[in-house]
Amino acid sequence: MSDTTFILNGKETPFAPGQTILDAARDAGVVIPTLCYLKGAAPTGACRVCLVEVTGARSLVASCSTPVTPGMEVFTQSAKVLRSRKLVVELLLASGKHDCIVCEANGNCRLQDLAYACRITEMKFSPSEETYPVEDVNPFIVRDFNRCILCGRCVQACNEVVVNRAISFGYRGSKSKIVTGGDLPYNESECVFCGQCIEVCPVGALTEKKAKGMGRPWETEKIRTTCPYCGVGCQQLLHVKEGRIAKVTAVEDAQPNQGRLCVKGRFGYDFIYSEDRLKTPLIRQNGKFRESSWDEALDLVASKFKDIIVKHGPDAIAGVSCARSLNEDSYQMQKFFRAVLGTNNIDHCART
Amino acid sequence: MTNSFADFAKAKMLFVIGSNMTEAHPVASTFVKEAVLAGAQLIVVDPRRTPLVDFASLHVPIKVGSDVAFINGVMNVLIDEDLYDKDYVASCTTGFEQLKEKVAAYPPERAAEISGVSPETIRDVARRLAAVKPAMLIYTLGITEHICGVNNVLSCANLQMLLGNVGFECGGVNPLRGQNNVQGACDMGALPNVFPGYQKVDNPEARAKFEQAWNVPKLPEKPGLMIPQMIDGLLDGTVKAFYVFGENLANTEPDIRHVEHCLDSAEFLVCQDIFPTETTRFAHVILPAAAWSENDGTFTSSERRVNRVRTASAPPGEAKPNWWIFRELARRLGHPWKADSAQEIWDDEIACLAPSMAGIRYARLEKDGIQWPAPSEDHEGTSFLHKEGCFTCGLGVFSPVDWIPPAEVPDKEYPLVLSTGRRLYHYHTRTQTGRSQGIDDLLGEETADISPADAADYGIGHGEMISVRSRRGEVVVRANVTEQLPKGMVWMAFHFREACANWLTNPAYDPKTQTAEYKACAVQIAKLR
Repeated sequence: MSDTTFILNGKETPFAPGQTILDAARDAGVVIPTLCYLKGAAPTGACRVCLVEVTGARSLVASCSTPVTPGMEVFTQSAKVLRSRKLVVELLLASGKHDCIVCEANGNCRLQDLAYACRITEMKFSPSEETYPVEDVNPFIVRDFNRCILCGRCVQACNEVVVNRAISFGYRGSKSKIVTGGDLPYNESECVFCGQCIEVCPVGALTEKKAKGMGRPWETEKIRTTCPYCGVGCQQLLHVKEGRIAKVTAVEDAQPNQGRLCVKGRFGYDFIYSEDRLKTPLIRQNGKFRESSWDEALDLVASKFKDIIVKHGPDAIAGVSCARSLNEDSYQMQKFFRAVLGTNNIDHCART
Repeated sequence: MTNSFADFAKAKMLFVIGSNMTEAHPVASTFVKEAVLAGAQLIVVDPRRTPLVDFASLHVPIKVGSDVAFINGVMNVLIDEDLYDKDYVASCTTGFEQLKEKVAAYPPERAAEISGVSPETIRDVARRLAAVKPAMLIYTLGITEHICGVNNVLSCANLQMLLGNVGFECGGVNPLRGQNNVQGACDMGALPNVFPGYQKVDNPEARAKFEQAWNVPKLPEKPGLMIPQMIDGLLDGTVKAFYVFGENLANTEPDIRHVEHCLDSAEFLVCQDIFPTETTRFAHVILPAAAWSENDGTFTSSERRVNRVRTASAPPGEAKPNWWIFRELARRLGHPWKADSAQEIWDDEIACLAPSMAGIRYARLEKDGIQWPAPSEDHEGTSFLHKEGCFTCGLGVFSPVDWIPPAEVPDKEYPLVLSTGRRLYHYHTRTQTGRSQGIDDLLGEETADISPADAADYGIGHGEMISVRSRRGEVVVRANVTEQLPKGMVWMAFHFREACANWLTNPAYDPKTQTAEYKACAVQIAKLR
């Protein structure tokens, strides 16, 4: 036995100094279920789902916040651990409204997954009464505290990950609740609607308003892409059902955004479905636009360009490419101007 | 950017100048804030008290358009107090003596007079920057959107070289690009002077290479026009046909009245877009294009990372991918192009023609993308440039510059400075965010942001309607009285047509880049009776 190993479920396992039991176990391929644990944030040990048995310890310990010591003997699946984990989940299930069938998080809920994994088949304790009205006065985020398990992940994401500092724990004891400054609704608070709280909510307490009814997790294809707004290049997952984006989430652990998005990246996707979209080529005739075929419109552009080149030379044509569109589109446009029209009069809004 | 976003959270010292990151690049700002929580120092240089100032160890509210004088003042202190990186300057750079001579004319007292911050603050900034290595410099359009934009950028580079901060992780000069693919459009040669991969059009060897690749006898050698020259060319008749792809120039360019007059004068205007816009009103032909998520391709982000963009749904009606439209036009003009998908265009042409991207292929872009330069297929990409101070061009060249005031400064008639930019909830001319359900509920109209002091002087209450007038136009807009603004300054965005800042902005340009001075013009305000 060395200074850099411990005994995990009877097996000698390496760990790095300072590493928690949870992280060392994950590195060794042993999964300990969690609810409140949020990568990159300080562990809180709030939910007690990740409890493990440590030989010699007075009680079970939270693996997310307990550092490994050399030679420590840890059991993640002992009868005591399993009994305790099940009890914790049973209590959480009784702590609010967890009616999966009508919940937006159905199929994307850690509590639901845990209940299943713990083989819970009935409600052991009677659920507490609904006490909070659902808040959906803002355009994007539905807050339903009846479903909240007070794991604190949203608070950590808001304060430690995106550092917008809009929400925190409020009140005390059984009245505990996640609050904005002054316990105001999101749209009257400091909230900037990045939606990181939804991204990390393990249950259905925080869900996306625009995604409601648009597709269950098992119905949607997840397509990775790059955000169409600023130049950071955030990686997004488009949740697509039947050719329509139901919602957008961040790609976890991806560069550069590491699971983060802003309000535009998360909620500014549905402009593509606007009825205003241009759907057919248009040609101006007698001061009005009329629809045309591609052949007619492209033939007109080509012949007009030809005429102008003959009369005035290629430098009488100029073009502006699009800093929003694909590399391949800009490449084609500059190639068209240089190789086909014969001018370097090609620019875009590069400097603004 | 010389460096990467991943450096932000790890940096120990961040110098942010002319960048309202929390609104214009929100996710990038989260990493800066994270660095601060971990103990990093943050210096924010901005006339406004931007939201990032809440996290700063020092806010330096310089006057609009005084950047060169301020940075020269900081460099004066670094040299005067012997705080600069002498080893780095000696071994990695050239032109130090000229720089020294130039900044000698900017002692803190003079720099303070121009920039409006105290000489002590300038000394403090210099000492703080010299105390932590490396420091990371981040800038945005507050630096570039001036008639001296090039000189502002050079000043940032001078400062970072003097401190020995270029060529290291968590150092460098890092402009945040405002648009998803503005980096890529540059890389692809959608610029009047370079082919893809920044190969100059006036270089005969580069032309020969592209002539062969594109199978044409002769490519034009004279660099072309830049956007403002093109627009003015419509009016003076030198430009007869104008092809506008995905830009709403009638709202984004300074002095809307003039721009619209020019667009209206075009003999033939082609617009290729996803929506009808203020600009397409002037078109003779409008071509409907596929939008983001309606076709496959790539974007290149500020950190030079080539990322994949993938198809989620089909374009509406007859709308087509943009690359297809250009291919069809080329075919009609006697140039049959082979590549018939975005992937073929990249893999078979771009990667073969742009040496810095030669190692990038679609097959390698499945996950996090690759940061160019990636010159070969076994190259993993480059997270920061000029490693260890070994500059791509040999030695880093100091380019000493003098301060000049903005083209239009306040006077008796127009006593306030108008500066413009972007707000968190909207993007540019709202063609997209204005059509994304819910965004307008968070920000439904433009405001003119003014200081409490000016509000009191003019008798303007928060939320009251005011007029903002410049020599070019007037808008009626709601006043937003905020502590973010210093006295003497008005701030507006260009998201909403009616109260768009560009009715007012000054069409004065940096002589080299033709970048407009969106950040400074003179205005008067009045309460509406």
